[in-house]
Amino acid sequence: MGTKASNWWTFWGVLILAWAAFPLVWMASLAFKSPATFRDGDSGFFPSEWTWENFQTVFEDELFTSALRNSAGIAVIATLLSVIVAMFAAYAIARLEFRGKKLLLSMALGIAMFPQAALVGPLFNMWRGLGIYDTWIGLIIPYLTFALPLSIWTMSAFFRQIPWEMEQAAQVDGATAWQAFRKVIVPLAAPGVFTTGILTFFFCWNEFLLAASLTSTDRARTVPAALSFFTGASQFQSPVTAVMAASVVVTIPVVVLVLLFQRRIVAGLTAGAVKG
Amino acid sequence: MTVTETPAGPDEPATEPDGKAPVSDRLRHERKLGFRLSAPAFIVMILVTAYPLGYALVLSLYSYRLTDPDGREFIGLQNYMTVLTDPIWWSSVSTTAIITVVSVAIELVLGFAFAWVMYRIIKGRSFVRTAILVPYGIITVVSAFIWRYAFQLDSGFVNSWFGLGDFNWFGERWSSLFVITFSEIWKTTPFISLLLLAGLVQVPEELQEAAKVDGATPWQRLWKVVLPNMKAAIMVAVLFRTLDAWRIFDNPFIMTAGANDTETLSFLAYRQNVTLVNLGAGSAVSVLLFLTVVLIAFIFIKGFKTDLSQVRGDD
Repeated sequence: MGTKASNWWTFWGVLILAWAAFPLVWMASLAFKSPATFRDGDSGFFPSEWTWENFQTVFEDELFTSALRNSAGIAVIATLLSVIVAMFAAYAIARLEFRGKKLLLSMALGIAMFPQAALVGPLFNMWRGLGIYDTWIGLIIPYLTFALPLSIWTMSAFFRQIPWEMEQAAQVDGATAWQAFRKVIVPLAAPGVFTTGILTFFFCWNEFLLAASLTSTDRARTVPAALSFFTGASQFQSPVTAVMAASVVVTIPVVVLVLLFQRRIVAGLTAGAVKG
Repeated sequence: MTVTETPAGPDEPATEPDGKAPVSDRLRHERKLGFRLSAPAFIVMILVTAYPLGYALVLSLYSYRLTDPDGREFIGLQNYMTVLTDPIWWSSVSTTAIITVVSVAIELVLGFAFAWVMYRIIKGRSFVRTAILVPYGIITVVSAFIWRYAFQLDSGFVNSWFGLGDFNWFGERWSSLFVITFSEIWKTTPFISLLLLAGLVQVPEELQEAAKVDGATPWQRLWKVVLPNMKAAIMVAVLFRTLDAWRIFDNPFIMTAGANDTETLSFLAYRQNVTLVNLGAGSAVSVLLFLTVVLIAFIFIKGFKTDLSQVRGDD
């Protein structure tokens, strides 16, 4: 046992590392290939000539920059709203006894399993009737809905671990109810709320089906949808290298968040998922 | 916790006929507050899912194209007949089923192996756990593009690395499905492996040691000790991944746009409703898709005889 076995595990760990990172290297390597040499058959793994040209192309493209704005705005607003709404619900679930608690949890679970595609038709039609087709709000509403179940489950799992008696102890020590809540409970709850926020942001940043169905112009089209409809500056230009450059740009926030909050994301993903 | 300290809500009567006034006041107050706090979540979730689903149910009974709004007409179950007798529906069902079964099966094995490595590894543990989150966080459309370009003839390295010449992966059904499933597996194995890791750490180490002392082989320990003790985690992981894979849309949309019989059920719903604006038949597809999801969830929960709310840590 000992070092030899430990080395083996490290070896397998490195393989996992490669498995996760390899496609990203490929993405970056395509993004740095010059479109001209790429057309002439630069099909090696790494570019024969490195260039920033593709990044220039995508940032000059109004379609991409507006999609980036839309994605960021919609994801941030939907995340904030869903975290706030879910926070109330999760507090109630973790703390209070009330009728409908079970129902709320089962409903959240049901919606987590809901096939979004089943809503594409009705929402498409209703949103047009309401005049919110192809607007931010038209995406924020369904994102909020589909982010809520995850938020409620993870947050109530976090909230359950808070020793609520501490609040009473603080009150006994002379703090008002509000002070006790703010000084004791809020700091304990904050990490769970924050973690839920990151997971929700990932969901909104990633969502494609609704974005593709409920938008038609660069007014509200988010990055995943814009990427899928991107055909290159001209029809003769292969969009491959530009699409990859855009992909690199939108992957950076994800990688940064993962690097910064790795522990919390793991905790969030597994909290509420497995009894513990 | 003393119940008498809690003040009654202002609009509540101070006493109850049964004489247990303070308790029921407090309870009523709590119930009310609980309901108020969770009401927004209730309302949003119902408004955006149940209502449109009901609307889809109604629409599915009509012949209705957005391009021909005047031709709207009640036709009963005929849309369902049309959909269910169309080979396109059944091809989508089989495509979706193949992707789901293959990807979940492979992910379960691979995810368990990953979880095991992350459990045992000492050097660079947090490194590996960080790396595995990257595929999870990446946009599915981006991952679909990455793998599509890797397998594509003009841009990819796969053919030259594996000496496949000019084999066109996206030229036929099975190879297209292979690439779609491959991309799905790359992207979602982290999810399953993290859930399994969470289950794995809850298996008491002493049990394994005891089995070892009793002379159980590693294989026996795995099947008799480890796996039974993480049944709940496996159940949750498989259920969630199955339902998730059943709704697959992004990968086939980007990789094949549904060519060569690679259209999935979500894709079919999208195409009928949005591309063809055939809202009558599209709604029938939506309702049927919803029913298949309900059916799968039902089979799982009955089959595993597990109360899911319990698995999810609700008490």
